[in-house]
Amino acid sequence: MTPLSVAYLPLADSAVLVAAKEKGFAAAHDIDLALVRTESWATLRDRLVYGQVQAAHMLAPLAIAVTLGLSQHPASLSAPFKLNVNGNALAMATDFAAALDPDPARRIADPIAAAHDFATAIGLHRRKPVIGIVHRYSSHALMLRYWLGYAGIDPDRDLALRVLPPSLMVEAMRGGEIDGFMAGEPWSSVAVQEGLAEIVAVGARIWQRGVEKVLAFRTDWMEARPELVDRLLVALDRAAAWCDDPANREELAELLARPAYVGRATETILPALSGRLALRAADHPVELPDMMIFHREAAAFPWRSQALWIYSQMVRWGMAEPSEQAERQAAAVFSSDVYRRALAGTGAPMPGASMKVEGALTTPTAVGSHRADLTLGPDRFFDGRIFDPADLAAYLEGLRPR
Amino acid sequence: MIVDDTGLRASVLEEGLREAGYDDIHIVPPRGAFVARIERMAPDVVLMDLGSPSRDTLEEMLVVSRALARPIAMFVDQSDDDMIGAAIDAGVSAYVVDGLRKERVKPILDLAIRRFNAFARMQSELDEARSALAERKTIDRAKNILMTSRNLSEPDAYALLRSTAMNQGRRIVEVAEALITASDLLGGRA
Repeated sequence: MTPLSVAYLPLADSAVLVAAKEKGFAAAHDIDLALVRTESWATLRDRLVYGQVQAAHMLAPLAIAVTLGLSQHPASLSAPFKLNVNGNALAMATDFAAALDPDPARRIADPIAAAHDFATAIGLHRRKPVIGIVHRYSSHALMLRYWLGYAGIDPDRDLALRVLPPSLMVEAMRGGEIDGFMAGEPWSSVAVQEGLAEIVAVGARIWQRGVEKVLAFRTDWMEARPELVDRLLVALDRAAAWCDDPANREELAELLARPAYVGRATETILPALSGRLALRAADHPVELPDMMIFHREAAAFPWRSQALWIYSQMVRWGMAEPSEQAERQAAAVFSSDVYRRALAGTGAPMPGASMKVEGALTTPTAVGSHRADLTLGPDRFFDGRIFDPADLAAYLEGLRPR
Repeated sequence: MIVDDTGLRASVLEEGLREAGYDDIHIVPPRGAFVARIERMAPDVVLMDLGSPSRDTLEEMLVVSRALARPIAMFVDQSDDDMIGAAIDAGVSAYVVDGLRKERVKPILDLAIRRFNAFARMQSELDEARSALAERKTIDRAKNILMTSRNLSEPDAYALLRSTAMNQGRRIVEVAEALITASDLLGGRA
């Protein structure tokens, strides 16, 4: 078997990697998968960039930031496989949430109203709200900025964004250091179950098909080993299908709950997987069937347009200098060509294109595909805005505050 | 500047740095408002455990801080891959103020790597000694059970444990644990 090390952070969306190892999908493709638990995104990045591991469970925007040279040592990274779509939630302290719509289900059902309520609540709060994010270049932080930006909030001016590791968010909340946080599950559910916070927004209602974690390689390493990379992607595709099957949810939650992986109770992990999320302690859970998606709708396919959306937000918030070269580099991080090569001939539904207009589908839609039928889920942004990757400048112009 | 929780490792590192002639050393645990403390001190070099979950917090500070006049980047010389590899293996990360001469920083990082490695060795030796002690206690308990329940002498009890372990292809301590569990279940006293 070929040994292969992959670094990950203890989060519910490390599921596909954990299943690939524990349910034998990697071994079936002759790969001896070693999962290296890592406590910070910085260390995960360093382990990948300096070759201590061959691949990593990475925040999609971080893979782009490293490639653009925005996060310490620049290195060209490639992400041929998305490990999940959606899966994060914004939890705010109960006293802050009291200023929002009293019905938590209505808050997440109507993100437009909730964003305006949030803007008002900022003024009523006793201090500039301190919100924990896991990393400057995280999908969650970009989603939070996008949502609040709609209501005229400038996150850099009106909020104090504090970077904290996901595993320390709940403690920081208890100690009053932060008023809320946006992180990958299970951490929001842990804060809710401990009665510290209420979930006031979920990523899946801000962008219905939001990019989360990707499998990232160093580009030179990946290009030098096409055969091994293909085998790994096929194994991960099988593992993702297993994770998406409702019949396996309990078992998956128990796997993830082990101390070696997420190390939290099964009950805190299950909500994200089953899409039944309690927004407030003791409330009935609400149904969010697309809370976290692993496999259906070709979820793992790295649409280059999604990488460009991430890049557009980096430019919008002044994190990246816009240039044609940066735009090209960002789009190329999502290596849809490698996904195609690896999964061709496996019967996996394969999108015909590598770019699409993001946010245009309001209902499940059958699309052009090779072989099997492919239906894409609704991918609207909550504000109805449409992202056309061919005209980034016009999109950014439309987002400027008036 | 050293950012570390483990009191012992930080002091081992501090001692080494002082011996090497550096005297302006501060140890800051990565909790609460540690970022504000670092900003006030304006250090030349920040050393931090690679396993600390607070590295993202520190890096964010390095990106946004206006208090730090000069940018801080990770590691000394990006061309020195061996050194970076050694640092990552040892579990230490170093952030260095831009413009600080390479010759000045390299010995600091070398020293940090050596001390981190020495500390990790010490730790694993300590863990080994602890688990050896725990194993000996388990085997002693199992021997006692056999001596009282089957009237064996101590050498015979040990010989029985050893031959059982050999026959089953297991370690003596595993057989001893199984015996203790079984004895507890059967209500025996050991």
